[in-house]
Amino acid sequence: MTAPLHDTSAETAPVDPALGDGAGGGKSIEGRSLGRIAWNRLKRDKVALTGGCVVLLLIVVAVFAPLIVSVLGHPPDKHHEELIDPLFQTPKGALGGISGDHLLGVEPGNGRDLFSRIVYGARVSLLVGFLSAMVAVVVGTVLGALAGYFGGWLDAAISRVMDMLLAFPQLLFIISLISVVPNSMFGLTGTGVRLTVMILVIGFFGWPYIGRIVRGQTLSLREREYVEAARSLGAGRRYILFKELLPNLIAPITVYTTLMIPTNILTEAALSFLGVGVKPPTASWGQMLSQATRYYEADPMFMVVPGVAIFITVLSFNLFGDGVRDALDPKGSR
Amino acid sequence: MNSPQNRESSPGHRPARKAVLTYLIRRLFAVVVMLVVVMLAVFGIFFLIPKWTGVDPATMFAGKQADAQALEGIRQKLGLDDPIIVQLFDFFRGILAGRDYTSAGDTYHCEAPCFGYSFKTEQAIWPILADRLPVTLGLAVGAAIIWLVIGLAAGVVSALRRGSIWDRAAMGMALSGVSLPIYFTGLLSLAIFSYGLGLVSNEYTPVEESFPDWFSGMILPWLTLAFLFGAMYARLTRATMLEVMGEDYIRTARAKGVREPVVIRKHAMRSTMTPIITLLGVDLGALMGGAILTETTFSLPGLGQAVLKAIGEKDLPLILGVTLITASAVVVANLIVDLLYGVIDPRVRLA
Repeated sequence: MTAPLHDTSAETAPVDPALGDGAGGGKSIEGRSLGRIAWNRLKRDKVALTGGCVVLLLIVVAVFAPLIVSVLGHPPDKHHEELIDPLFQTPKGALGGISGDHLLGVEPGNGRDLFSRIVYGARVSLLVGFLSAMVAVVVGTVLGALAGYFGGWLDAAISRVMDMLLAFPQLLFIISLISVVPNSMFGLTGTGVRLTVMILVIGFFGWPYIGRIVRGQTLSLREREYVEAARSLGAGRRYILFKELLPNLIAPITVYTTLMIPTNILTEAALSFLGVGVKPPTASWGQMLSQATRYYEADPMFMVVPGVAIFITVLSFNLFGDGVRDALDPKGSR
Repeated sequence: MNSPQNRESSPGHRPARKAVLTYLIRRLFAVVVMLVVVMLAVFGIFFLIPKWTGVDPATMFAGKQADAQALEGIRQKLGLDDPIIVQLFDFFRGILAGRDYTSAGDTYHCEAPCFGYSFKTEQAIWPILADRLPVTLGLAVGAAIIWLVIGLAAGVVSALRRGSIWDRAAMGMALSGVSLPIYFTGLLSLAIFSYGLGLVSNEYTPVEESFPDWFSGMILPWLTLAFLFGAMYARLTRATMLEVMGEDYIRTARAKGVREPVVIRKHAMRSTMTPIITLLGVDLGALMGGAILTETTFSLPGLGQAVLKAIGEKDLPLILGVTLITASAVVVANLIVDLLYGVIDPRVRLA
């Protein structure tokens, strides 16, 4: 079991020896990196690939939202009172007013186009989901690696903070924190402030999950022979942390990040559902669902559309995340 | 965890008892620290953040139109001019021993456990909480029973019949369960079973008024909550069980001729239960503070609904009350779980 010593790039990073054995059996004896092995496994996982494709599609939709909406020509805030039954306040026509012109029907009451609002809602969901996960990953990786590598009082302090945060009533604190934030700060106003605060707060409560994993991995890695070898050859702390340890941490961090994004999307939707997330007229899926609570008897489609949008998004991320986890699992047989 | 010293001390009587005692004391100390931190955090959120961002807390509690005199009154009544430490200390003393309030010359006594008076309704906090606790408790315990049964059964079957149609079906359901927002499943179930089919009630009835009505109103909230948690527990159970079944001691038991049902029941299930119990402790504790989303969706008058309203109104004493109940419940549940480990898993003794 000789661990590689002379790795230069992060791509061909030192890899758990078991991985090389498990994925062997190829024709040529070229060295295969962790990324290459994982990618080969992932390519064969149809379910995970489907999830990944849907995720990609959603990202495209979110990025090009104005373009997509302009094709059908219904801005998300435009009212269409002529499509609303004046007596019941529900959309005219079957299934919440679905037609070739309004692909997903219109909103009860004011007749806003649901397709446009869903497309714009994807922006909020993905933005908060991704960026809050990034916040959690950066903070969690730095603090987790520091705790695991240096140990001692630093480890004790960081570990206590993580334990405590994990035992906190999180949703309650997230709601409280957002509710005291004023309407303008950091030079932003309105929706900008709410998005920023949501990203920071959700990320803040997410970092201990990453931190715990990174700490555990660092603890076990720092005693490995190859790290010891590097140390005995005179490598400095910075070199060991960034060149020897970090590349081996990329796999678990990737897995937890892909699985954290859907959780964060659900949290964002929940906050908007409870009325503390983004405020109207900015469209968000959770807030659409909260408006749908008033119409669930008269116009169930209004509830189904954003609900299914959240479901598909979160499910795709979860399928993809599970696939990435299996692909990066060193115990995996394929 | 399973070091030689611990092995030696567990069969002995005196050292074991002493270990339990020091352990309990250490844990109780951690409980107190945790509660203080939670309180500091709540105080910080509602006092320090407004201060940094240039908002007077008194205006936050009084509403925007309040005049200077009203603000001064609020400041005095709430002791907002006292240092934070003094306010914190007063609050703690109130919970343990009760405290006296002086307002416009009158003094009135608030009995322990005194969480103070609501900023909005001026009612004492503790009776409000005590009113709502049974709703939340009923929701959490009822749902927990359902999700434990379903989640464990589905997880164990999936692990033992890996790759079978049962495994695929159960794991597909579980993945949907963790991907569906709970308020969407809740609304959907209300639309179908209550409005559409008229099978169950969509209103909460207190259990002392009518048991069947209470039950009928709770079925959908229970099932909705249990669907989410059952899905998480099924996934965890399956993953743990698969790992455990590959352990050496399972092979040893089989090699010794222990029959398969016994291997599963007596050997595999024990270690599978360890992470399940851990999660159950955390989840039940957290739900004691109210399942905010479920209670909102089904209009259940529980703690979650109360605290959501209180946050919107910046009703600090009520928020503090609920957060403290939640935090205490989480910590106590964790303590019980830790003590249960030793009973369930023979490999784990007090560390």
